[in-house]
Amino acid sequence: MTATIEELPAASSPRRGITLRPAVREALWGFVFIGPWIIGLLLFTAGPMIASFVMSLTNFDLLHPDSTRFIGIENYTRMASDPTIAASLLATIKFALIAIPVTMGASLGFAMLLNHPRLAFKGPLRALVYMPVMIPLVASTLVWIGFLNTETGWLNQILGALGLPQPDWINSETWIYPALSMIGLWAIGNFMIINIAGLQSVPTELYEAARMDGAGAWTSFRRITIPLMSPVLLYNFVIILIGTFQYFTQAYTLTNGKGDPNNATLFVNLVLYREGFVFNHMGYAAAIAWLLFVIVLVLTLVLFGFARKRVYYAGGER
Amino acid sequence: MTAVARTQGRSITDRSPVARSYRRFLARSSILMFTLILVGAYLLPLLYMVTTAFQQPGQSTTPGAPVWPAIPQTATYQGQPYPVYSVPMPDGSTRSLILIEPGRESSVFIDPADASQTPIEWQGRWRTLEQAWTFAPEIDNFTVAWNTLNFPRVLRNTFLIALLSTIGAVLSSVLVGYGFARFRFPGKNALFVILIATIILPFQVTLLPQYVMFTWLGWNGTWLPLIVPHCFANAYNVFLLRQYFLTIPRELDEAAMIDGAGPFRILRSVIVPQSIAAITAVSLFHFFFAWNDFFVPLLYLASKPELQPVSIAIQQYNALYATQPTLIQASALMTMVVPIVVFLLAQRAFMRGVVVTGVDK
Repeated sequence: MTATIEELPAASSPRRGITLRPAVREALWGFVFIGPWIIGLLLFTAGPMIASFVMSLTNFDLLHPDSTRFIGIENYTRMASDPTIAASLLATIKFALIAIPVTMGASLGFAMLLNHPRLAFKGPLRALVYMPVMIPLVASTLVWIGFLNTETGWLNQILGALGLPQPDWINSETWIYPALSMIGLWAIGNFMIINIAGLQSVPTELYEAARMDGAGAWTSFRRITIPLMSPVLLYNFVIILIGTFQYFTQAYTLTNGKGDPNNATLFVNLVLYREGFVFNHMGYAAAIAWLLFVIVLVLTLVLFGFARKRVYYAGGER
Repeated sequence: MTAVARTQGRSITDRSPVARSYRRFLARSSILMFTLILVGAYLLPLLYMVTTAFQQPGQSTTPGAPVWPAIPQTATYQGQPYPVYSVPMPDGSTRSLILIEPGRESSVFIDPADASQTPIEWQGRWRTLEQAWTFAPEIDNFTVAWNTLNFPRVLRNTFLIALLSTIGAVLSSVLVGYGFARFRFPGKNALFVILIATIILPFQVTLLPQYVMFTWLGWNGTWLPLIVPHCFANAYNVFLLRQYFLTIPRELDEAAMIDGAGPFRILRSVIVPQSIAAITAVSLFHFFFAWNDFFVPLLYLASKPELQPVSIAIQQYNALYATQPTLIQASALMTMVVPIVVFLLAQRAFMRGVVVTGVDK
């Protein structure tokens, strides 16, 4: 494969008598090298995107492709009145409202602690906090299911020993969201590392100047750390938000795809999976996928719009 | 804490170098202690997993059983095994005694250390006594889970899928990263923006047509849908590699060009040898992404046990054996050994890679 591609631009080299301007030759080479990505983009991203939009306007079903009909926006109108969709959106939002602040806060907190100038063994400690990212999600969820078990799990035994209430983490419609947020703590590694790099880029002179001016730790945090970290925090926020709307593996492992307790973990992506691959309503599932896409896109755009006003970029406007 | 306050109180010694270094030591050790406790709590579920994986089946639901893997202690009396209890004695001490004759209001015990084996009559209800436990890790949990899950097959599948998709992903990403780092072509900036934008594109939007396409190609139930789409580069890898390639001085390329090297030759003998660190990071990231992936294998391999990777296998195992936490935790432990060991050996490369993709964007 390498050899054949190498021949192509060489054929237009001066040796064969055809002279190409260097700029044209360079551009050709550029396209040769990014070629694999362009092909992948067309085959696995752009093409399927268009196809899924068309699919969302039909009643397509993989088992009976012959009876496919164009049904216009029927899938979308059906979605608007589908109680499962409404419930799954509500579940996703409830989860997001707890999980996102917890993840953002924990990853910033750990970053500040593990970047503290007086802390010894920073490297090994950072590696330990990062480590759970490497654990297969199914395995880490199984560990947490055991850890959070009402009777035999350690968390409730510890809470009981401290005389605190022992919630039924996994089987309660309310406690399931804090429980899933706790499971999500094991995924903060990447965000923590990014935050640490962000903290290290804040000039220490700023903190010294603030201290000279009599600013306390909280004021320095709010007036220096947060504004200077805002691009990094925004990046983390966007990635966490997208991850929350695509939440699947943990919820699926928890209930074997059933969405228990009482559909509290039937997140949007689980509904999509069920409609598309269990019930074979592919057209409807495609419409759900587009709903998800539009939600993520709108939220991202809103965030970036907000960022334009509030996020500080050291190099000026980006 | 109090020690800090006390040293601060002594205003004269306060400024002495000894007092200062003592205070610094206190500050350092207290922040280290705090961090260790926090990180310990953060990783406590792992300790739960290891402990449970070695426990006797049913131990966690047995009243009075300790947390550590243990079985009730027994001792032999006249050739027969009898349970051992910790018995509070009238003098206030507690002794480990063998219960040979349980009775309603009083029981007969034997002291295992007593050679004459004089029976001890004890007043009280033996059911209120605490049983003595002895440390006994249960290795069978691992052998049972290993055999039921067919771990050798599952691990081989996971390894091969991850390896093949990593080779495809890294080769293609190196080419594309090189293209974006070194060549000028029309539409380059727009294409780069599109590349980065694919990061926020939810995979669900392309999922269903891809599934239909792969099913029509007859790839459903094979490894191909898990490998082929990765052979066309992805945004994270390309971005990381491009950033790295940009730091390699162009003079090196130009020197090679004067020696008659073409772009492929330059990539092979200049760029790649200079970027082994970045290529290692990308390879490790992708390898473990593929190792841990769940959704795509679930779609294409749910009904093909002989081709499944470990994440699907243990999920299905859990669905069947959820009532046996010892087996589940043993299987979870076996699943995470490889990624954790590799990570701890190569953690520098990992974390540097995260910083490049996350911060430079």
